[in-house]
Amino acid sequence: MPIRFDKLGVVIAAIAGCAAFAAPFATFRANRIVPGQARSILEALPPAAGPLLLAIVVTAALVALFKTPQQLRLAASVAALAALALLIGVAGTFLTPAGNTFARISPASGFWILIFAFTLLLADVLTRLELSPWARVGVLVAASAAVGLLLISGSWNDLSILKEYANRADSFWAEGSKHVTLALGSLLAAVIIGLPLGILCHRVERLRASVLNVLNIIQTIPSIALFGLLIAPLGWIASHVPGAAALGIRGIGTAPAFVALFLYSLLPVVANTVVGLAGVPRAANDAARGMGMTDRQRLFGVEFPLAFPVILTGIRIVLVQNIGLATIAALIGGGGFGVFVFQGVGQTAMDLVLLGAVPTVALAFAAAIILDAVIEMTSTRRREASPA
Amino acid sequence: MIEIEGITKRYDATTVVDDVSMVIEPRTIAVIVGTSGSGKTTLLRMINRLVEPTAGVVKLDGADNRSLPGYELRRSIGYAIQGHGLFPHRTVAQNIATVPVLLGWDKARIKARVDELMTLYQLDPEAFGPRYPHELSGGQQQRVGVARALAAEPNVLLMDEPFGALDPIIRTKAQEDLLAIQKRFGTTIILVTHDMEEAVHMGDKIAVMDAGKLVQYAKPAEILARPASAFVETLVGASERPFRLLSLGRVRDAVEKGTADGEAIPGDASQRDALAELLWSGRPALPVKGADGKPLGRVTLDGLVKRSARPA
Ligand SMILES: Nc1ncnc2c1ncn2[C@@H]1O[C@H](COP(=O)(O)OP(=O)(O)OP(=O)(O)O)[C@@H](O)[C@H]1O
Ligand SMILES: [Mg+2]
Repeated sequence: MPIRFDKLGVVIAAIAGCAAFAAPFATFRANRIVPGQARSILEALPPAAGPLLLAIVVTAALVALFKTPQQLRLAASVAALAALALLIGVAGTFLTPAGNTFARISPASGFWILIFAFTLLLADVLTRLELSPWARVGVLVAASAAVGLLLISGSWNDLSILKEYANRADSFWAEGSKHVTLALGSLLAAVIIGLPLGILCHRVERLRASVLNVLNIIQTIPSIALFGLLIAPLGWIASHVPGAAALGIRGIGTAPAFVALFLYSLLPVVANTVVGLAGVPRAANDAARGMGMTDRQRLFGVEFPLAFPVILTGIRIVLVQNIGLATIAALIGGGGFGVFVFQGVGQTAMDLVLLGAVPTVALAFAAAIILDAVIEMTSTRRREASPA
Repeated sequence: MIEIEGITKRYDATTVVDDVSMVIEPRTIAVIVGTSGSGKTTLLRMINRLVEPTAGVVKLDGADNRSLPGYELRRSIGYAIQGHGLFPHRTVAQNIATVPVLLGWDKARIKARVDELMTLYQLDPEAFGPRYPHELSGGQQQRVGVARALAAEPNVLLMDEPFGALDPIIRTKAQEDLLAIQKRFGTTIILVTHDMEEAVHMGDKIAVMDAGKLVQYAKPAEILARPASAFVETLVGASERPFRLLSLGRVRDAVEKGTADGEAIPGDASQRDALAELLWSGRPALPVKGADGKPLGRVTLDGLVKRSARPA
C-alpha cells in the first residue's frame, strides 16, 4: 500500500515538530514582572516525563501526517492534549524551587502552539466524524469537565496564571459574573427590542432601509468612542432624571457599557430577523393565508418557526461578539474579565492578562459551539420543501 | 352557488382580470382553462379574498364574500394552492390538520379525519404522517396539498392545478376520487388546469380565459362544438376534438340493436374507449353488456364515427 500524506496533517505535523523541538515549553521567572527564561520540554520536565511527552507528541504528529483512520486520529489528538495539559502542571511544580513563593512558571509559546496544533487535529476529526449537535455539546461538556477536574485537583496550582487567580479568587468570580451578566443582559435586551423591531421592519418596507442604516452606522463606531459618546448623555440622565441614579445609571460604570453592548447587538438581531422573515417561502405564507390563519397565527405558526434558524444565527453572532466586547467595559469601570486584562497590561504582568483573556476566549468558544448545535437542531427539520 | 359579478383586478395600469361574470351552480364543477398568465389564479384568489378585487362582487350562496372577516371566509373554503405550498416545518399529518386545528376540532376527530384522507390518497398514515414535506416526492406532496384542502369538509373547494405533478395513473385515480367526494358531499368545485383532457372529463362547465377576459363559459360539449373564438378553438385542440367529444358520452347511449363477436365492453365505459377498442382490435362492432353482465346490444364503428362529427 502506498504511503499517503494527509494535507492538513502535513501542516499540523510541521507546526508540532517546530514547537516541540525549537520553541520553549515553559518560562521561568524569578518573580512576576521580571523577564523570563525559556525552558525546553526536556529542561522543563523531570527526567522521565520529558522524553515521554516528546514521544507522545512525535507519535501523534506522525498519526496526523499520514492518512490514518479517524478513530486513531481522534485518540492521538486527545492523548496529546491530555498529556500536554497534565505535564504543564508537572513542569510548574518541577521548575518551582522548593519553598520559593515568588518564582513564576508559565506555559510558553511551544506549549501554546502544540495545544493549537492538536486542537486543530481534534477539530478536523470531529468535523469529519459529522457529529450530531448533541454529540458536539457532549464533547464540549466532557472537555470542560476535564479542565475543571484538573483545576480542582490542584495539579496546575504551581502555574503562574493560577497563582494570580489565588491572589484574586473573590474578585475573579465577581468580575466573571459581571462579565456574563453584561454579555447576556445586553443580548436579552437586544432580543426583546430587536425582534419586534425586525418584524416591524419586515412588514413596513419604508422603515426597513432607514432603521438598518442607523444600526449599521452605530456598528461602525469604534467601541471606545461609543463608550465616550455615552458618558455625557447618561451622566446628564443620572443627574436630571429622578431615580435614575438609584437604578445605577451613571456616566461611567456598568450603565454605558450595557447600553453600548445593547446598541452593537441590535444590528445583527434586527438584520437577521428581517432576512429570516424575508426568506420564508412565499408559498408557505400564501398557504397560511389561504387556510384562514390570522396575521398573528401566521407570524407565530409559520413565519417565525421558519425564520428561527436565521434569527438564532444573529443571536449567536451577538453572544460571541458581546462576550468579547464586554472585556472593553473595564476601561470605563464596567467590570468584567477586562479588569484583569487592563490591570495586567498596566503592571506588565502577562499572567494577569491571561487570567482575564483565557476565560473570555473559553466562554466565547463554548457559546459558539452550543448555539451552533441549537441552530443545527432547529434547522434540519425545517429545510425548505422542494417545489413540486 | 357562487356568483361572480363584473369582477376586475388591476395592478397599477395592467388589468389582470377584466370584468369577469359567471355563475357556478351548487354541487357542480367549473373548470378554468387558459394560457399561462391569463389571470386564472387571480380570479380564483378573489373568491376567497386572498386578492381583493378592484371592482365587482363575489357572492357565496347569495351573501357577499366581504360580509365575513377574510380569515373566517377562508377557513370555510378549501384551497389547494398552485404548487402545493405545504408548510416545510410541519409534518404531513400536521399540514393536513391545519384548518381543523384552526376551527378548534377536538384531537380525536382531527386524527380520524387525517387518517381517513391519507388513506384515501394512498399515503399510509403510519409511514407518511410523521414525515416532513421535503421527504415526499412531488406527486405525494401534491396529494397532501389536496388532502389539506379537503380536511374540514368545505362546501366550496378552490383547486389551482392540483394534479399537475401526478403521473397519468395516479392522476386518473385522483380525478375519480375527487369526483366521488364531490358527488358524496355535494361540494362546489372550481378547478384550474392546463390539461384540456382533464377539463372535459371533470367539468360540468368550462371557463376559458384569455388575457384576463372570460371568452367562453359553457358545457364541455358546447365548447367543443361551438368554440366562441379562434383562441378557444386552438385551446381545445382541433385535432383532438372528435375524440374529446366522444369521451363525454357513455357507450350505453350509443348502443344499436344486434350482436357482435368477441369480448363485450361495459355500458358505462366512454364512447372514446369503445372507439379505441374497435380500432385496435380491427372489428366493425363490439357487443355491449350492462352492469349486471346482460347483453345490451352492440356499438359500431360507423355509429361512433357519426357521433364524433361536429354537432349541428
Ligand atoms: N401581485 C401581483 N402584482 C402584479 N402583477 C401580478 C400580481 N399577481 C399576478 N400578477 C400578474 O397577473 C397576471 C395573471 O397572473 P395569474 O397568476 O392569475 O396567472 P395564471 O393564469 O394563474 O397563470 P399560470 O397558468 O401560469 O398559473 C400575470 O401576468 C401576473 O404577472
Ligand atoms: Mg396560476
